[in-house]
Amino acid sequence: MNLQNILNEIEKVDAEVYERLDHVSRRHVFQNLMKKAVMGVAPVAFGSILNKAYAQNSAVVEVLNFALTLEYLEAEFYNIGTGRSGFLTGEAMTTFMQIAKHENAHVALLKSALGGAAVAKPNFDFTAKGAFPTVFTSYQTFLAVAQAFEDTGVRAYKGQAGRLIPAPDILTVALQIHSVEALHAAKVRYLNGNKGWIVNSNGFPAAVYAGDDVVSQGGVNLVGLTGLSMERVTEAFDEPLTKEQVLAIVTPFLA
Amino acid sequence: MEKLPNDQTDVRQMLTGRESAALGRRLFMRYIGATAAAGVALSACQNELVDPSARGAARAGDVIDLGDIGYDDIGVLNYAYALEQLEAAFYMQVIMTPYAGMNGYERSVLTEIRDHEIIHRELFKAALGAKAIPGLTPNFSSINFGSRAAVLGVARTFEAVGVSAYNGAGRLLKSADYLTLAGKIVSVEARHTSIISELLNPMTTSFAGDDIVNPGPASGLGEARKPEEVLALVRPFIQETINGRTQPQ
Repeated sequence: MNLQNILNEIEKVDAEVYERLDHVSRRHVFQNLMKKAVMGVAPVAFGSILNKAYAQNSAVVEVLNFALTLEYLEAEFYNIGTGRSGFLTGEAMTTFMQIAKHENAHVALLKSALGGAAVAKPNFDFTAKGAFPTVFTSYQTFLAVAQAFEDTGVRAYKGQAGRLIPAPDILTVALQIHSVEALHAAKVRYLNGNKGWIVNSNGFPAAVYAGDDVVSQGGVNLVGLTGLSMERVTEAFDEPLTKEQVLAIVTPFLA
Repeated sequence: MEKLPNDQTDVRQMLTGRESAALGRRLFMRYIGATAAAGVALSACQNELVDPSARGAARAGDVIDLGDIGYDDIGVLNYAYALEQLEAAFYMQVIMTPYAGMNGYERSVLTEIRDHEIIHRELFKAALGAKAIPGLTPNFSSINFGSRAAVLGVARTFEAVGVSAYNGAGRLLKSADYLTLAGKIVSVEARHTSIISELLNPMTTSFAGDDIVNPGPASGLGEARKPEEVLALVRPFIQETINGRTQPQ
């Protein structure tokens, strides 16, 4: 992440950013940030500045907070799953420890980027009000919920990308998170006995996969164009979910 | 004595019935980056492996210059089209000449991935229409298609580079619709990366390994590469010389 670019970008969106950063000169900000970037603690510095400049009322903050909410959900889910003695073993433990590492890193990154504008972590109910009572005792249930979270995450980030066009550095970071969710999704699907890619709109819960059975892209019917099957064509694209669709999926998991 | 035309090769090719290829190449060189279609169409069918229905096929030695890739969305789409051509050609070869010991599961996974890449390629080609770059000629001479480890290793690299290319190029797109379309594709490329990693290094963290996801405590970010970096990585696998650049942002 190029912090100087990000600050330039914020300045594009908000020309008064440096006036808001009233406690430091511009040069001082850059020098400090670049020094800290090398030391690997840059996101925290970046976060406090973004926060100061954008306490409220910014599409970027809204998107990042939406992302943070999903990352809180995933991180806590995997932290509980991997922390439960004897629940996950072998390949499952290896897999979910790696995934948990990334989700916790995403939480840390987004929280630091948002600073004081970050939403607080909600309390979660991973049984989804009793729909998945065995979520942390049955590996199959855990896998099913994990797959739903990962495939939702992929589709959720995708649905927000367009809103980040005015902030290219933040868009790039969002895309970098998005692709990692897709790496996770495919492996979890594999463990769950599924293909790594979504076929038509098949999957559980249905809301996670609604509308993924699209055969036309950019106005071109790709079944007609290529002669390949609907299954192949729909596998080749992950469709976005709107924020409303995503919230409907995750709301049952809020305590 | 009348002076011979400068391009004697082209004259010779005309005489030997290869005029279409020569003419196509000449026009292609002139119009690349603009609307290359009409002249290049004459040189079709050079490259059945990459794209049997290619409107225009490039030839080894041609220089394909994508220009300033971020100048407009056409440049970015052609960049993606080039990468999808390469991936599709690779998996077509993998399935045509399967490595020793390819089992049924591996064959079905690799066939599905091949089909996904063909679908991506055909979408870009259709979307670009007359503005599409020609079909590229792959150079896979360095790949041992008989070796499982070699094929899966290259596949993982191609997929990971593809993901990093889309991640790096998203910011260059001006149209939200194209950005979303690129997003629909990049996550499937990441799914490929994950599943191929599992074939190559089963039951490990390779599916989202520290080599492709920044392991930092406040990171967890997948790779993003600039077009110049990506083109340098894929250039050895394409017989044409493919160039492109981006303006500093």
